[in-house]
Amino acid sequence: MRTVAVTLSDSELVQRCRASDPEAWNELVERFSRYVYAICSQGFRLSPADAEDVFQDVFTRVYTRLDTLRDDSALRPWIGQLTRRRCLDLIAAAGRVQPVEEVAPDGRETSVDELDEAFAVREALAQLSEPCQEMLDRFFARDESYRMISRDLDLPSGTIASRISRCLHQLREELEGKK
Amino acid sequence: MTSAYHEERIGLLLRLLRPAPRGWVQAAQELPAARRTMDEIIARAEADADFQAALVADLEAALAQEGYEPSRPLLDELRKRYAQD
Repeated sequence: MRTVAVTLSDSELVQRCRASDPEAWNELVERFSRYVYAICSQGFRLSPADAEDVFQDVFTRVYTRLDTLRDDSALRPWIGQLTRRRCLDLIAAAGRVQPVEEVAPDGRETSVDELDEAFAVREALAQLSEPCQEMLDRFFARDESYRMISRDLDLPSGTIASRISRCLHQLREELEGKK
Repeated sequence: MTSAYHEERIGLLLRLLRPAPRGWVQAAQELPAARRTMDEIIARAEADADFQAALVADLEAALAQEGYEPSRPLLDELRKRYAQD
């Protein structure tokens, strides 16, 4: 169970990490792991082994260089920049050609801007109730079927569908409230 | 008012950020502990030439011999320092 509130701002998280709060570091990794992973694996289409190397290296750099971050609220762009730079270094070192297009899991082209937007949606998702977060994450990010979610939560499939719809509506309201 | 966040687009954006493999996340979360252990190992190696030679010869065996847990971030950092050319 997380003991650091997920509602902590990035600045607060950075300050707690600088104070060597281990729970804050766990939360930082949890908060940005999907983002770093998406840049490596979708943005630059690295192999799983290369993506893992970049992933670990990025968090090592974040940990060791957190004191050099000038604007604590700029944590996400800083991590994004570190990740993109490491991906490019790895591609250059291997003599490979940098991908011209970035591809989403469904085959569409995507961009780092779109990953940033996706990150904003996840931040909004974190403001919803735990059951809503779980429902939407299972269905969209983990590709779990109605049947699988229904079995795990011991609920009828029809209930799953209506809850997903309701939670999606709440997420949309949360996003629109932030606009 | 029209919204850029129609539900189909929200679903699409949620799909973009999939969970990273659990082991990767855990390894990254272990970094602070790994750094502390690494500092201890480096201090020992600087004071004990035999231990340092053992680290260079066979890093994982030397760590196991001394009872250190060979986590991924610890091994990565120590390999940079003690890997044989």
